[in-house]
Amino acid sequence: MNVNDKEFFDVCVIGAGVVGCAAAMELCRYDLSVCVLEKEEDVCSGTSKANSAIVHAGYDAKPGTLKARMNVRGAELIRRLSRTLDFSYRENGSLVLCFDEGDIPVLESLYERGIKNGVRGLKIISGDEARELEPAVSDKVCAALLAPTAGIVCPFGMTIAFAENAADNGARFRFLTEVKNIERCGEGFALTTSGGAVRARYVVNAAGVYSDKIHNLVCEQKLKITPRRGEYVLLDREVGDLVSHTVFQLPGAYGKGVLVTPTVHGNLLVGPSAEDIEDREDTETTPDGTADVKSKALRSVPGVPYNKVITGFTGLRAHEAGDDFVIGESAPGFFDAAGIESPGLTSAPAIGEYIAALIAEKSGAAPKKDHIDKRVGIPRVAELPAEERSRLIKENPEYGQIVCRCENISAGEIADTVRRRPGAVSLDGVKRRVRQGMGRCQAGFCTPAAAAILARELGIKMEEVRKNAPGSELIKERL
Amino acid sequence: MNRHDIIIIGGGPAGLAAAAAAREAGVEDVLILERDVRLGGILNQCIHNGFGLHTFGQELTGPEYAERYADKVEELHIPYKLKTIVADVSADRIVTYVNAEEGVQTVQAGAIVLAMGCRERPRGALGLPGYRPAGIYTAGTAQRLMNVEGYSVGKKVFILGSGDIGLIMARRLTLEGAQVCCVAELMPYSGGLNRNIVQCLNDFNIPLRLSHTVTRIHGKRRVEGVTVSEVDENRRPIPGTEEFYECDTLLLSCGLLPENELSRAAGVKLDRVTGGPVVDDKLMSSVPGVFACGNVLHVHDLVDYVSEEAERAGRQAAEYVRGGGGDGETVVTLEAAGGVRYTVPQFIRPDNMADSVTVRFRVSDVFRDRSVAVYYDGVRVSKRKKRIMAPGEMEQITIRKDGFKAGIPKKITVCVED
Repeated sequence: MNVNDKEFFDVCVIGAGVVGCAAAMELCRYDLSVCVLEKEEDVCSGTSKANSAIVHAGYDAKPGTLKARMNVRGAELIRRLSRTLDFSYRENGSLVLCFDEGDIPVLESLYERGIKNGVRGLKIISGDEARELEPAVSDKVCAALLAPTAGIVCPFGMTIAFAENAADNGARFRFLTEVKNIERCGEGFALTTSGGAVRARYVVNAAGVYSDKIHNLVCEQKLKITPRRGEYVLLDREVGDLVSHTVFQLPGAYGKGVLVTPTVHGNLLVGPSAEDIEDREDTETTPDGTADVKSKALRSVPGVPYNKVITGFTGLRAHEAGDDFVIGESAPGFFDAAGIESPGLTSAPAIGEYIAALIAEKSGAAPKKDHIDKRVGIPRVAELPAEERSRLIKENPEYGQIVCRCENISAGEIADTVRRRPGAVSLDGVKRRVRQGMGRCQAGFCTPAAAAILARELGIKMEEVRKNAPGSELIKERL
Repeated sequence: MNRHDIIIIGGGPAGLAAAAAAREAGVEDVLILERDVRLGGILNQCIHNGFGLHTFGQELTGPEYAERYADKVEELHIPYKLKTIVADVSADRIVTYVNAEEGVQTVQAGAIVLAMGCRERPRGALGLPGYRPAGIYTAGTAQRLMNVEGYSVGKKVFILGSGDIGLIMARRLTLEGAQVCCVAELMPYSGGLNRNIVQCLNDFNIPLRLSHTVTRIHGKRRVEGVTVSEVDENRRPIPGTEEFYECDTLLLSCGLLPENELSRAAGVKLDRVTGGPVVDDKLMSSVPGVFACGNVLHVHDLVDYVSEEAERAGRQAAEYVRGGGGDGETVVTLEAAGGVRYTVPQFIRPDNMADSVTVRFRVSDVFRDRSVAVYYDGVRVSKRKKRIMAPGEMEQITIRKDGFKAGIPKKITVCVED
C-alpha cells in the first residue's frame, strides 16, 4: 500500500461527524491508511452535535430495514465501547406514552416490531404503572411501551472518543477541508478539496446533510437529502431529574411528538420539532419551533419548568426520500453512509463496523496487529473522589483551578482539550470535549479565561481565538 | 478537620465588608474564600465612577471602592485564599473547597457568610431566536474583556436590556470608538438607575427603545445583525414591527440572578422572587449559622447598600459564634403586597432584634407620586409619599423595635398606595 505517498490513502472518509469518526475508527482495525476530511474546524460539528443524544432500543424501525439492523447492533456496540473508550453512557430505559385507548394497537405494533428487531425486555404497561415509574408523566397516559435497554449518551463524547481512537490507530484528520470534486483516477479517486488534492483507493461518504452532494459527484443513481430541522430546549441540571426514563410520545393524529429526557450530564432535554427545509446550514432557532416543542412536551410531562431553560438549539437531520439509511458500495470503491437520520447516533458504530468490513473484504486488508482498543478520556476532575482529585491536582495544579464554575471544569482540563489528537482548536471544541460553558451561565463567566487558555495552548493571540470556524473570532482587537 | 469560626464565601464587596465587620466585632478566626485571582469581585471590572457616595461621600471607581475594603481586610490581617472555589457547603456548615495548592479540603465553620454574588441571565435563558454566532456577550462578560483583559469585543454594538451594566457598557463602548446603535428594553421602563440613562445614553445620543426586543439573531459565524420588534403589553412581539439593525455584536443586560447553587446544597430555603435565601432580621438563612449578604441575597442597585448589609451579616455571624442572641420563639412575617415585589429580610424575630431594622424592597412598576405604606396586622402604621419609584432602584423602610410597644404583630405588610 502506498503509505509512503502522504497524499495517497487507502481510504478517505468524508465527514468527521459520529458516522465518519466511527467508520475511521473501525477502518483502523485493519491494515489500512485512513484520512478523514472535514469541512468544519473540528469533529462533531454538524448533525452529531445537535440531536436527542438517545441510544434507541430499536423498536421504531421497520423489521428488515438497515435502520432496524444498525440500530440494534449499534446500541449493543455503544454499551461496550462506552467502557473501552471512556465516554458517558447510561442505560436509563425509555417509555413511549399512549394517550388514547384507541391508539393501543399502535403501541402493540411497536412492541411487535421491537420483538422482530430483537429488542430485549420490552413490555406494555398501564398508565398507572407508567406514572409509578415516572410520577411526572401526564394523568392522560393510558398505556406505555417500556424499553429498559434504551439509553442516553454524550454525543460529543462518543464522537470524540471514536475520533481519538481512530487517530491513536493512525487515522489522519484534516479540518477546514471541504470536498469540492471527486474523480476516478486509476484504481481509486482523486479528491479536490479546499485544502488541496487528496487521493484514495476507497471513499466513504459520511457527509451528513451534504451526503447527497458527495454521492452525486460519483454515482449514476442520484440521491436527494432533505435537511429536517429539529429544535430543542435544554434545562438546568437543577430540574434534570424530573424524569429518569426517556419519555417519547406515540406518533398519533397530532403529529410525531417530542421527547422529554434526562441527559447523561443531568440536564433535561426537550425536543425536537420537525420541519423540512432547503438550507443545509440553517440551524436557527425560531419562536414557532421553540413554542411548538415546548407545548408538545407538556402533553407528556405537564410540569416541565420552562423558566429553567438554559439554552435552545437546532439540529439538522439528513432525511432521504426512501426513509432508510443508504449504506454500502454505491459505485465501485465508493461507499455511502448517507441519509443517516434517527436512529443515526445509535447506529453510528454499527455503520462504521459494517462499512469497514466491506472495505476490508474488498481490499483484502488484514487486521492491524498492534491495534489499540482502549482510550482514556480527559479526567473529569470534579467528579473524582477527594483523594484522587487532590492527587491529580498535586501532579498538575491547573486541575485545581476551576475556570467553569457551573460545570466545575478546571484550567487543566481545558488545556488538555488542545493537547488531544485531534484536539480542540476553538471554544466550541473545548466545550464539546469538557463541557466548559455548557452550564447555567452559558460561558458568561468563563469565556475570557477559557479563551486565554486556548490561545496559550494553541500559541495564538486572543484576537485569533474563535468560537468555531474562521469568521467566528471573539475579539475584535487589542485596546 | 480544620475549623474556622467564620468562613466567608466570596471576596467581593459583600464578603470583604462582612469579614471586616466580623473581625471588628471581636471574632479573630475569619477566613475568606475567593475564586478569582484578586479580592474585590465584579467591582474590579467596574472602572467607571459613581461608587461610594453614600458610604464615603465621594465618587469612587469600582476598583477604588473595592480597594478600600481590601485594604481594611489587609490591615486587620484577615486571611484569605484566592483562586479557591467552594465545591460544597453542608447544612452542618462543613465547607469543601478546591485550589491548586491544597487540592480538595474540608473545613468546619462556626458560621458561614454567603457572599457569592450573582450571574447574568444568558441568551439561552432569554430564549432569543436565531443563530448562535460569536459576538453575543452578556454585558458583564464584555465588560471584563474590555476593562480587565483589554480587548475590544465589537465595532457596532446592539444592546438588549437596560440593566445598569448594559447602560454603563453603552458609554464605555462609545468611548472606545465603537458605535452603539441602540439599547432595547422589553419592559415599558428601564431596568437601570435613572442616572445611568442620563449619563450613559442621553449624553451620547444613544437611543433607548422601551417595549422592544430582539426577535432574530443573524449571522452564522459572527453576529451580522439583529431583528428587533415592538412588544405588546403581554411582552409578545407585534408582527409587522420588525426592524433590522446591522451590528457585529449583541450585548445582553437582561437581569441578574443570585448565584445560590451552594446555598441550595446546604439546604438553605430560597425566596422565589429574589432568587436569594430567605433571611431574618439578622440576615440568617433557614440554616442556623448560615448568613447571606450582597447580591447573593438579592440584587442590589448600589454597592453602598451591599457594604452596609454585609457589615450587618458579619456582625451577626460574630454574634452567632459567640453564642449570643438566641433566636426567640416569636416570628413576624414581612409581606410584600400591591406594587412591592419582595422584602429582605422576609421575617423578623422581635425578641432579639436591633433597635431598628432596615427592610429593602423593589417595586414592580414605575410609580409617580405614590406612597409606601406599612401595615401591622392590617392596621396602617405609616405612609410615606415618594415622588418616583422604579423597579431599577431599591427602596427601604425602617422597622423600629419600639414600634412594637403596643404589641408584636404577626405580619407586617409593605405596599404601594395612592
